[in-house]
Amino acid sequence: MRAGGASSLESALLDLRGIETLAQQETPVHRRDPRAKVVTALAFIAVVISFGKYDVSALLPLLAYPVALIVAGNLPARFVLGKLLLALPFALVIGMFNPLLDRTALVQLGDLRVSGGWVSFASIMLRFGLTVSAAVILIATTGFGPVCLALNRLKAPRVFTTQLMLLYRYLFVLTEEAGRMMRAWSLRAVSERRISIRVFGSLAGQLLLRALDRAQRLHAAMLCRGFDGTIRPMRRLKFTAADLGFVAGWCAFFMIARIYHLPHLLGQGMMRMLP
Amino acid sequence: MHMADALVSPVVGGAMWVAAGCLVAASARRLRRGLDERKAPLMGVLGAFIFAAQMINFSIPMTGSSGHIGGGMILAILLGPEAAFIAIASVVTVQALFFADGGLLALGCNIINMGFFPCFIAYPLIYRKIAGARPTQRRIFAGAMLSVVAGLQLGALGVVLETTCSGISELPFKAFVLMMLPIHLAIGIAEGFITSAVVSFVWRARPEILEVAAAAVPIGALKIKKVLAGLAVATILVAGVLSWFASANPDGLEWSMARTAGKEELAAPAGAVHAAVERIQSLTAFLPDYDFKRASGNVEPQAATVNAGTTTAGLVGSALTLALVALLGIILKTQRPAE
Repeated sequence: MRAGGASSLESALLDLRGIETLAQQETPVHRRDPRAKVVTALAFIAVVISFGKYDVSALLPLLAYPVALIVAGNLPARFVLGKLLLALPFALVIGMFNPLLDRTALVQLGDLRVSGGWVSFASIMLRFGLTVSAAVILIATTGFGPVCLALNRLKAPRVFTTQLMLLYRYLFVLTEEAGRMMRAWSLRAVSERRISIRVFGSLAGQLLLRALDRAQRLHAAMLCRGFDGTIRPMRRLKFTAADLGFVAGWCAFFMIARIYHLPHLLGQGMMRMLP
Repeated sequence: MHMADALVSPVVGGAMWVAAGCLVAASARRLRRGLDERKAPLMGVLGAFIFAAQMINFSIPMTGSSGHIGGGMILAILLGPEAAFIAIASVVTVQALFFADGGLLALGCNIINMGFFPCFIAYPLIYRKIAGARPTQRRIFAGAMLSVVAGLQLGALGVVLETTCSGISELPFKAFVLMMLPIHLAIGIAEGFITSAVVSFVWRARPEILEVAAAAVPIGALKIKKVLAGLAVATILVAGVLSWFASANPDGLEWSMARTAGKEELAAPAGAVHAAVERIQSLTAFLPDYDFKRASGNVEPQAATVNAGTTTAGLVGSALTLALVALLGIILKTQRPAE
């Protein structure tokens, strides 16, 4: 349960601005073309979820991708972990049932038998961590505008990307508006802790009307400046050899990690070396 | 109710991406053809409105807890189905990117669950039929309530189907349905009240907005909707069947058979069909067999007694891998100031 009211709105805004600040940095990761990062992130997630449901150790080499990007992209690890915690409940609630329902022994460590359910639960949690951090890293090293631009170039429908950019732009404006309304409400309803549904209806309705009016003014202003349904970015994207290397290198690594069970090979080699 | 990447298999995630992508493209084309470009900023601003409104919590009567709106049906009622669908798709995309709410490959699933069902099923078939072109307070309430509940139930069913088809969660279909549908019935009723409260507020304050939205849907819309619905249903079926047979390692159907029958495969399951599906799978899947390292003589999933040497090697290797990853992080970190 979030602490309702204006404070949650403000912290959400702070959060969004924090991401944009992170995305403004100058690191080798930030310098890559947004298309390269979008494609690599998608390839990474596709590879992660293509593993079998009992794979845990085989997934471990893939940790290299988030770790490398977090460090090279100068992202605070605490920021990525915080995002993971926020998104945890759904995967946890659904994954929780695996240990309860699947009790077949799968791994034996001395006297300890680990059931298939626990193994698949660990696998779900690991996939969850990998996929969510990939998405968070993508946005925190690229920024929202460039991601939209990349989607546009990667042939996503124009209406959709235009709409994404407008949504993002007005997210801040309307959330601030909602924050002002919440503050007004809390000043007038001192004894109430939460908004009732009846009050929420007119509060949200009011916000909606303001949003609609704003949309109309906005559209008029855009038409005056020659808007024809597409947003033309000032920034030109340039896909360099380094970008190609980024995509190709990571994808090659993902393929190798997918085809060969690296930790297993490593472990076997190690065992052979030991007397 | 956002699906996470961790619970989706590539087949299901991919199929839903295709379905969602087709729907977004088709909706975009319809909007362009209808010269409804007025809606571009409108959609963007209303998408942002949904976000802002989702951040305002209200108390849910009789429970003592608080919740926030989903808002899909409000968009459908104010914008019409196509524009609302695109707006919802972008809301879900922003949620996936910024709030780590739902994943990137699960995006297709989430767009279908939260956009397709309310916009293309519940809105035209329920809300418009009840509220019609001349709404009254009572009609708005009944239409909003029923359509929101129906849309959420379908969405929840979508989550269950996608999760079950992916075969990563152990939850049996029936138990999962019995868990999800009642929860979403309760959520739906609360959301229905909210939706009707917001829509009636707009209707009283600015009735022309609703009139424009209601008149904006041409009669020819029904046909394309049927096509789209057919497309989505077909994709869901294909994805379901594919993933059911998706892998040679025990999961989904085979896994449950293995547990009930006590051995891995009763017989070659369903001969020709299985072979055909497996061929398609090997063509479409990223790698033909999910888990072929197992076939090369390592851990058998059913074997209760596992070769201790293999396990030790696996553990040693895993520890080494983690150490290498940590080393990579450290090396990159020490190199950074030199940049």
